[in-house]
Amino acid sequence: MRLNELSSKISQWFDPESPLSDIVISSRIRLARNLAGHKFISRCSNEQKEEILKILKETILSLKELSNIFFFDIPQHSCLERDLLVERQLISRNLATGHGPRGAVIAKNELFAAQINEEDHLRLSVLAGGLNLEKCWQRINDIDDAIGKKVSYAFSPKLGFLTACPTNLGTGIRVSVMLHLPGLKMTDQLKKLFNSAKDMNLTVRGLFGEGTEAVGDFFQLSNQVTLGINEKQIVEDFETVIIPKIVEYERLARDELVVKDPNILDDRVSRALAVLKSAKLISSHEALFLLSNLRMGINMGRIKEISINTINELFMLTQPAHLQINKGENLDAEQRDVLRAETLRAKLN
Amino acid sequence: MQCEICKIKTATVHLTEIVDGKRKESHLCQACAQQEGIAIKSQLSLNELLSSLIAAHQQADGQEAQMTEQVCPVCGMTMEIFRKNALLGCPKDYDIFAENLQQILEKAHDGNMIHKGKIPPGVSKQALIDEAKKDEAKTEKENNLASLRKRLDEAVAREDYELAAKLRDQLKELQ
Repeated sequence: MRLNELSSKISQWFDPESPLSDIVISSRIRLARNLAGHKFISRCSNEQKEEILKILKETILSLKELSNIFFFDIPQHSCLERDLLVERQLISRNLATGHGPRGAVIAKNELFAAQINEEDHLRLSVLAGGLNLEKCWQRINDIDDAIGKKVSYAFSPKLGFLTACPTNLGTGIRVSVMLHLPGLKMTDQLKKLFNSAKDMNLTVRGLFGEGTEAVGDFFQLSNQVTLGINEKQIVEDFETVIIPKIVEYERLARDELVVKDPNILDDRVSRALAVLKSAKLISSHEALFLLSNLRMGINMGRIKEISINTINELFMLTQPAHLQINKGENLDAEQRDVLRAETLRAKLN
Repeated sequence: MQCEICKIKTATVHLTEIVDGKRKESHLCQACAQQEGIAIKSQLSLNELLSSLIAAHQQADGQEAQMTEQVCPVCGMTMEIFRKNALLGCPKDYDIFAENLQQILEKAHDGNMIHKGKIPPGVSKQALIDEAKKDEAKTEKENNLASLRKRLDEAVAREDYELAAKLRDQLKELQ
């Protein structure tokens, strides 16, 4: 699989046909695993990391449960190529910038990724578009069992799967859902959401933006507790209670915007479209902010001439590494802003 | 906004430093920021949060000397190293530092101390049941301790010192 094959198209999980996808962008489940009889990554020499990499790479590539998968030897790839994988949410920033032998096995459809020698020996993830956690769990559970039959995981009957950081101990599971919540933002209700998430031991963090700030009203909600819980239960809680409730609140907030002051809403959406259609220089921060408003406008039926797929595609393709790989050269921030504006104008006009 | 150093490019790195209580802001372009050796940090890591939590715990306990003595024979890990990046060195550390890790686990996992999720293929259910029986008495005590500690924290947070004193005595008795 060549990376520029990926960089020109949108990820499969960014799919407008999947359940609740106007608000729930994607579902992801991650499992953290370590091999028994080996030290955790932070205490491993490069030789030991090499050995772990070899074992896990060969095991995963040989699984009959997976097809069309490719191994990426991360240190062999340029910074830009690593960034591309980060932007496509296939590997973590940590794996991209880490040290020593490490790699990733990625499915061509981008719905499965295994990171080797990240914080733990193995981090499996399965993704799906929209709200689809049950499906993700079945899939990742099968893959995890298949690997567990071939290698021996570090496991304690009392503490469960042993992980490098005690915050992942037990199930090693991180269930996360990416949400687009412009309605709650515009009606000033995000704080309420954050507080109730905290009460339920859930973590909310901004996505797409740098740092903790959420640019473009995209948020990732995930479980914090991994010990003393049952995987199926947490998946069910997310899928049947927590996320549907947030979706309901977001819809109510959007309805309120239409009823209370449609002019403010339409003004915001139309201005976003106007700037995106004509800007000559645009930062990723501004583009995200405006695309988010436009996405809300299209999903609420305020704008009909642009498809949601075009917007999803622009979210993906206007990210820094995507721009540079598709152009075939390294660009500084200003050159990227020019190219980003060009890409937006080409797609929207 | 223009970069303060080259005065040509747009400033994309915004740095706020607090030195001796005074706030200083700099706005630089990416190239100048790199030259100045400013690392651009994109995410606040969970580990960092946890290390600060651990550090706070140790200070509150005031038993630091006692805790740093143990060294894991497999990976050479000590609590001192663990406190820096919140990462353990090998599976054995969970045994060796069990006592030190107890409070951290309670805090991170909302008081849960026992695995209730899936078990890997090849580990027999019987082994788990035996282990559970062996641990049962100990576990009950641990769970009681955990819930007492939680209630104590809550009481202190509410400034209900009468209840806090009672809970503290109960804790001492159990320990």
